[in-house]
Amino acid sequence: MRNKKKRLVLRSIILLLLSAAIIFVLYSNFSKDNRKVAAVGEEAPNFVLKDLEGNEYKLSDYRGKGVFLNFWGTWCEPCKDEMPYMENQYQKYKDEGVEIIAINVGETKIAIENFAKQYNLTFPIVIDESGEVQKAYGIFPLPATYLINSDGIIVDYIETTMTEEMVQQYMEKIKPE
Amino acid sequence: MNKVKCECGHVNPHGTVLCEACGNILDEKARQGKLLDMRYEGSARRSQTYNKTIIDRIWNFFSSVKVGVILIVITLIATAIGSILPQVSTLGQLPVPAHQYYEENYGWFGKLYYFFGFHDTYGSWWYLLLIASIGVSLVICSLDRAIPLYKALKNQRVKRNTNFLNRQRLYNKAENVEIDFTTLKEKLKKKHYNVHIDNGNLLAEKGRFSRWGPYVNHIGLIIFLIGCMLRFVPGFYINEFLWIKEGETLAIPGTDKQYYLTNHEFIFEVYDESDGEVFRNAIEEKGMIAKNFQTNVTLYSAEQSLPGEEPELEKIKDYEIQVNKPLKIDGYALYQSSYRLNEIASMTFALTNKETGESYGNITIDLNNPQKKYDLGNGYGVELLDYFPNFQMKDGVPSTASQDPLNPAFAFKMVTPDRPEGERSFAAIQQTIEVTENKYKMEFQTAEMVNYSGLTVRLDNTLPVIAIGGVIFLIGLAQGSFWQHRRIWIKTEKGGCHIAGHTNKNWYGFHKEIEKILSDTNIPIPIDQKTEKNQEKE
Amino acid sequence: MAELSSNLLLIAFVIYLIATLFFGGAIRQKKGMDESHYKNKVTLSAKIGITLTIIGFIVHIGYFITRWIAAGHAPVSNMFEFITFFSLMVVGAFILIYFLYHTPVLGVFALPIVLILIGYASMFSRDITPLIPPLRSIWLPLHVMTTAAGQAILAISFIAGLIYLIKTVNQAEATRKRFSLELIMYFITVVIGFIVITSTFSFMNYEAQFEWVNKEGELSTIDYALPALVGPNEGTLLTASKMEPLVELPANFNTSRVNTVIWSFIAGTIIYILVRLITRKRISQMVQPLVSKINGNLLDEISYRSVLIGFPIFTLGGLVFAMIWAQIAWTRFWAWDPKEVWALITWFFYAAFLHLRLSRGWHGEKSAWLAVIGFGIIMFNLIFVNLVIAGLHSYV
Repeated sequence: MRNKKKRLVLRSIILLLLSAAIIFVLYSNFSKDNRKVAAVGEEAPNFVLKDLEGNEYKLSDYRGKGVFLNFWGTWCEPCKDEMPYMENQYQKYKDEGVEIIAINVGETKIAIENFAKQYNLTFPIVIDESGEVQKAYGIFPLPATYLINSDGIIVDYIETTMTEEMVQQYMEKIKPE
Repeated sequence: MNKVKCECGHVNPHGTVLCEACGNILDEKARQGKLLDMRYEGSARRSQTYNKTIIDRIWNFFSSVKVGVILIVITLIATAIGSILPQVSTLGQLPVPAHQYYEENYGWFGKLYYFFGFHDTYGSWWYLLLIASIGVSLVICSLDRAIPLYKALKNQRVKRNTNFLNRQRLYNKAENVEIDFTTLKEKLKKKHYNVHIDNGNLLAEKGRFSRWGPYVNHIGLIIFLIGCMLRFVPGFYINEFLWIKEGETLAIPGTDKQYYLTNHEFIFEVYDESDGEVFRNAIEEKGMIAKNFQTNVTLYSAEQSLPGEEPELEKIKDYEIQVNKPLKIDGYALYQSSYRLNEIASMTFALTNKETGESYGNITIDLNNPQKKYDLGNGYGVELLDYFPNFQMKDGVPSTASQDPLNPAFAFKMVTPDRPEGERSFAAIQQTIEVTENKYKMEFQTAEMVNYSGLTVRLDNTLPVIAIGGVIFLIGLAQGSFWQHRRIWIKTEKGGCHIAGHTNKNWYGFHKEIEKILSDTNIPIPIDQKTEKNQEKE
Repeated sequence: MAELSSNLLLIAFVIYLIATLFFGGAIRQKKGMDESHYKNKVTLSAKIGITLTIIGFIVHIGYFITRWIAAGHAPVSNMFEFITFFSLMVVGAFILIYFLYHTPVLGVFALPIVLILIGYASMFSRDITPLIPPLRSIWLPLHVMTTAAGQAILAISFIAGLIYLIKTVNQAEATRKRFSLELIMYFITVVIGFIVITSTFSFMNYEAQFEWVNKEGELSTIDYALPALVGPNEGTLLTASKMEPLVELPANFNTSRVNTVIWSFIAGTIIYILVRLITRKRISQMVQPLVSKINGNLLDEISYRSVLIGFPIFTLGGLVFAMIWAQIAWTRFWAWDPKEVWALITWFFYAAFLHLRLSRGWHGEKSAWLAVIGFGIIMFNLIFVNLVIAGLHSYV
């Protein structure tokens, strides 16, 4: 009888191990398509980028402030619509501790400069020439905006075109207390 | 459960067909047959003996070879169906949703194919489950058979029950024979048999290790499957792709910016006359046959840096990446996978007097990093007012459709000593737009081309495990296939003798070997009872 | 050198043909097949047969070596080269088994199959092709030659199984078995039909070119070596005074190949019907008397032994070496390419075969059927997957 019990225990352990392995594989298989991106609730990936004049901007230097992180390109139509709204709201919120960092997806300086001039943009525009920051954030379609609070945590991710009202609400959302 | 005690005194586990020690037949059914079924030495397969709890039932289910074979066959069929239509993973970016694609291209069959999930057969959960079930079956079948078989072979005695011997496929007996065991032993030893003699009984055995072949190869397969499973563990497997232009230095993706790569040159060669007369026909028929895809690179290591940051680079080595010759570093491998030839890198224009055709110098515009001003000296110069890499007219306004220089266009301001205010000109490929009539023009000279190399970046730490599994599998397979377990028994009884032989395969060779050994002895040569049986039937 | 190579292949072909006749003579002599299978007396006819086979084999190797020298790489890089090498390996495997078991009857079947294979190979382009970058590797000869050797030994298992079936399947009763066996004979006839029809039209220099719209919607041209029964998508005939297609197929198909398949079936069917009409017998029935005296147990053992030898070699070449090379050339050891998939299916099949035999006692006739089906899968992979599905292996 003892023998039989021992056998049952042994069989149970082996079956348990095998089914654990299978469950692990199936679970991993189901979750494999999830694109690795900067996710809401996580810390925003840090980066260092330069603007047109060569000044460096490092995300971690903005702790204590809300960061409105916008990825854009001159050829992206919705970006053109959003830019004036962002500029307007930036004027209101920059004194309340909300910063805009507009990351261009790696175009030429001439194009960016002309664009900034055309829309009278005053917030910092940096260039992600190597595409590394876009990759770290998992950006595919433009525009893409990340809202980062004063603790450096991503609170929201916006893929759609924003209205001015939305821009204002989002800035409100990341305004430091 | 009751143990079974054989008349020879050996105690066998419940369910034993043939006594482990003397081979006596313990099962009524087996006693009725003319020949014994020698699979697993008639040992008690555990699966058949306990069937009480749910655990035992699951165990017994997977312990059945029948179930194993059915699983293999189902997997085989599923695998075959998966090869009928292209898998969705091989189709790349589809213009329409996958279900629509299959229906449009393959009609009702494509629709059903998609519906049942065969468009992604090999990545589907049910296919994984099938493979996993085969894995479970492998483990349980092997455990349930290898252990009793091991015990049976370990417990076998030299002296065998006559019922066992006369039901072997090779068997014979004789009355009144005197056996010279010493000479026989020598002869058997020459044929590499291990010989045991016990009181007028003989057991000669060789190649027992081939019996473990199946279990060794199953262990190999299990290790192989574990290796495949490890791919899902984070950090074991990285698969990235890098498009890199000639002259460019980029971080190798997937390495956390630890390694950088410079592409000096991409080389694309085709076969021509210099490769020999023999290839002429083939080259003529196919037009162009690729000979070499190669990227000349320099590999660097870098200090840790943030995305966007440009770290100090330290050169590791120069390398020529070719197909079949990846660049390896620290577990990563960079493979030559793709290329794009002749993309425009820069364009050269000449500032020209329209009437006289006189040129005042050339400017070369790097399309990825154009300058704002180009000074030609002597008061001549060109300013670049705007640049559109992929020019389009939208609502009457020039704009760019993307940032890739596919259709570059420029807004120039040409400054000359006689026109210090400058003349404006808009130049796109094959067209020039002027707002007012100009004296000067930017005349297109040449475009410099650049090649892109597409490199696959891969880290696969599962490979060592998979390789070990593969090697063990092959060893087990060879062990079980190329060697045979052969046994010869001789039992003397009442002045006569019984002789029987058993092998797990290659009876023909075994029989010939016995004949050779027994020639010049008075021992009768065993008869193949299976052939005899056939003869009776005919 | 290239010409010498072609001549050697032709000579080998002729020698095999003659050897077949001698093996045929060997089994007609009654004393040649003793019922006691371990005491075969070898007849003179069989001795000549095997000697010729060995000479043919050496000449065949001569073809292989001279072609290797001419090309500068192992001549296993296209369909013609692969099949001729495969047939070489079948002869080698046959010689090996012959000396293990002294069975001339195997030659009566193995050599004609070799002849058909060489004939089939000759229908493909015989040009020496230079190697494209992925093929330029030491793994090309290692992978292809090992796989071919494994498959050739498995082919012997098929031949032994087939003879077993011809011997045992009852021709007097209309059973499913009898039908299936005859179906195999019919398929072999279709292959012969392919060779006959293709060589006929190639002798007549038939060539027709079509312009058509391919799957990507682009205009493209396609060459036909046989009159077009089926035409390409929105195809127009470019060559003057050639046959216009009867039916047009969608752009998914390589219509020239589908056309060849249809022609092969037509030609094969005609040959088959002619044979039936002339002999008034099914082919398997016609062959049965030749093999009636052979020991079934011995055939069963040869068939099983061949699987035991061939399966590990096939695994080594067709899966293990294949995986190593794929990891180097294609960046990953497994890509689910159709050819790979079918190698895996072949492997699964023989694995099932061995389990059924070892654990479920499938001997004799059942085992023979499995050996025949297994080889069918190998041939399917060689012919159908290459010509119709064509993935990464499309160059072979």
